[in-house]
Amino acid sequence: MSEPQRPLPQPTSLTEPYWRAAHEGRLVVQGCTACGHRQFYPRPFCLHCESEDVDWQEVSGNGTIYTFTVNYRAPNAFMKTRLPYVVAMVELDEGVRMMANILDADPADLAIGKRVRVAFEKVSDALTLPQFRLAA
Amino acid sequence: MTNNLSRSVAIAGVAESDLGKVPGKSALELQAQATHRALADAGLSLRDVDAVFAHTDDKFSALHLSEFLGIRPGYVDSSNVGGMSNIMHIRHAMAAIAAGMCSVALVTYGSTQLSDGSRKSGAVAADSPSSPRGQFVTPYGQLSPTGYYAMVAQLHMHRYGTTPRDLAEVAVAARRWAALNPAAYRREPTSIDEVMASPVIAAPLRQRDCCLVTDGGGALIITSAARARDLRSKPVYVMGVAEAHTHHYTPFNTADWLDTGVAGTAEAALQMAGVTRDDIDVVQIYDHFTIGVVQSLEELGFCKRGEGGAFVADGALGPGGRFPINTSGGGLSYGHPGMFGMFVIIEAVRQLRGESGARQLPNAELALCHAPGLVFACNTTMILGV
Repeated sequence: MSEPQRPLPQPTSLTEPYWRAAHEGRLVVQGCTACGHRQFYPRPFCLHCESEDVDWQEVSGNGTIYTFTVNYRAPNAFMKTRLPYVVAMVELDEGVRMMANILDADPADLAIGKRVRVAFEKVSDALTLPQFRLAA
Repeated sequence: MTNNLSRSVAIAGVAESDLGKVPGKSALELQAQATHRALADAGLSLRDVDAVFAHTDDKFSALHLSEFLGIRPGYVDSSNVGGMSNIMHIRHAMAAIAAGMCSVALVTYGSTQLSDGSRKSGAVAADSPSSPRGQFVTPYGQLSPTGYYAMVAQLHMHRYGTTPRDLAEVAVAARRWAALNPAAYRREPTSIDEVMASPVIAAPLRQRDCCLVTDGGGALIITSAARARDLRSKPVYVMGVAEAHTHHYTPFNTADWLDTGVAGTAEAALQMAGVTRDDIDVVQIYDHFTIGVVQSLEELGFCKRGEGGAFVADGALGPGGRFPINTSGGGLSYGHPGMFGMFVIIEAVRQLRGESGARQLPNAELALCHAPGLVFACNTTMILGV
């Protein structure tokens, strides 16, 4: 039996730069050149000042756990193979929040406020998911 | 602004369909059955209905149901914002009735979630992989909605020291109410230890912190206050109601996951009704998860932020407790056919009519109903009175 397929993102023209950067091992978020506001996930304009002059800025990849859960039940066959796994909301040092798994973590070591660092998990020939690990 | 609509409409009829496990019936059939019963409760017939507010998994719900019932309404609304949809529908029916666009509105919901096995895996239908949720949530295996509320519980425990035992209190109180309700699905006694020994689904939430999966439907008949006074059942007036919406399944911009906009809708609904929290006799809060009740009690202002755990301790929410709420047994023990807003309303109406039998609260004249939708994506508060 073949391994179950992970549900993968399907980039759009708007989000393609984010996914391409991730595939190259860089984490980028949108920043507004008019007002400096950073935002995640990508939008066609700045949610703060409505300027269309938003560009992609590479961020440090450092952040903290805002909150998290440890899953003992999975929503699909692929994630079932990973049980138990951690899903976290990570707040990047640059201010935006994103969801990710905390890879290779002992649930007992996790806590809100712990420092994490981005890791890149290649999931297909074309796609890489930004993920996080507890910072050393 | 909407204060002039306070008491302008009333809930004139309420009914559940068959509940619990109802194999061999469709969601549409359950809606039709509940509609028939609610009209009988109001003393009206299908010929009187000129507006249909319906939501199921079918995005054309109101049309589907109108065809099935053989009626030709002049106003329909199939909008679905999750579990609170039916309370929002009452608010929208209030506006339509005030504007003269309809006079008798049917509000209904139905689901065969249990018989369909649609939540067996803990998942709900996924969005397209190119949607924000499909790109930035689904690849990470987040359980929905359980994972989000597990994250809320984690945050509440971290910030305020709330414990799994505090959450279990909510589940046990619900079961004690369900024991008094012949229509409830899970009525056998339970204990805090039993709840805390149930399997972890998404830490820190356990199976018994989560609402049931059942079949069922319900229907409400909304009409003008003047017309309701001439009908069969005691009118229950909509005194105040408010709604607020922020996101879908990607709450990345919700700055504080323990401050989800509930205070704003509660204040607006109370102001529209011209009453205060102290005036409220009956409280029905959508209990999708035990943590949701603790969080709602705090955000609604019934206790201080961070004190929800202590507030629900020692059986406070159960029969004879300091703050009895969710008298049907709630989504945790009475039943939860996918979305529970309908049943929050039905139980509040029954309490205000004095029809709640062994679980009747004393002097029930004013009720507060509260429900969120999706994953704290939106919320609504409604004040009902007699």
